[in-house]
Amino acid sequence: MTPVDLDDMDRAIINGLQGGFPLCEDPFVKAGAALGLSGEELLSRISGLLDRGALSRFGPLYNAEMMGGGLTLAALKAPDDRFDEIADQVNSFAEVAHNYARDDDYNMWFVIATETPGRIDQVIGEIEALTGLTVTNMPKIEEFFIGLRFEV
Amino acid sequence: MELSETDRLVVAAIVDGLPLCARPFKAIGERVGLGEAQVIDSLTKMRDGGVIKRFGLIVRHHELGYRANAMSVWNIPDDRVGAIGRCFGKFDFVTLCYRRPRHLPDWPYNLFCMVHGRERAAVQGQVDQLAIACGIENVGRDVLFSTRRFKQCGARYGAVPSQLETVA
Repeated sequence: MTPVDLDDMDRAIINGLQGGFPLCEDPFVKAGAALGLSGEELLSRISGLLDRGALSRFGPLYNAEMMGGGLTLAALKAPDDRFDEIADQVNSFAEVAHNYARDDDYNMWFVIATETPGRIDQVIGEIEALTGLTVTNMPKIEEFFIGLRFEV
Repeated sequence: MELSETDRLVVAAIVDGLPLCARPFKAIGERVGLGEAQVIDSLTKMRDGGVIKRFGLIVRHHELGYRANAMSVWNIPDDRVGAIGRCFGKFDFVTLCYRRPRHLPDWPYNLFCMVHGRERAAVQGQVDQLAIACGIENVGRDVLFSTRRFKQCGARYGAVPSQLETVA
């Protein structure tokens, strides 16, 4: 897969709008003005970036704890010959939001997001029952930094 | 802050993202029987209260060329982990940094620091740079690159979309 092609204006939009979207009646007009675009032009650009897969969403990024939900990072050691089967089983849970293969004995790492904190342990138990593998729970103890902004 | 019933309605109405139209907050309000001003007030309150960490574009980093997604993990003495975590956070190539539990004997690492970049070699060099700059060249560490991504979505649970903050 090749990266999504971006022109200079796409880059300016991505670099400038990963936060700070104005909360007012005509936010696209206001946000567009900072980039030299009309509101309609900005809307059309954002829509194009979504269609081309450069963006996953346009909207709020929430703080899970403050929303009352549960959130954790978990890992397991999948045997090579069952890796794809295990991945399908893990991904079948709606509560699994991200899942990455990584080059380690712990070769599958996934984020579990649940409506209530108590549900995390249940989901881990269900994944263990389905896969027959031990799931290691690595919840956040302390947060030092969340930037997660990407310059393009 | 406590979420009000209005706040919860707004969160539910925006679960798929903001409508791409000239008056998006009016459109959100129409879905749940709220006025535009109520929606804007609720979102402003949630942003100022920290419930909304930020509001805007959520990118798919892989599609934008960030192919080298490294989870660096470090075995830091417990009494230094706060200082080291804050030191890591000063670098602009660090995207996330969390303290997590060790699972001895096979998982000694207690500090997780994500570095996203375009090339593996450059990201490895950035991880080395962190060790030198924060004075921890001699602690145990490992770098786990992602080899495949199976899922990156805003999973829905109830009315609450999941968090991209947890890209790992």
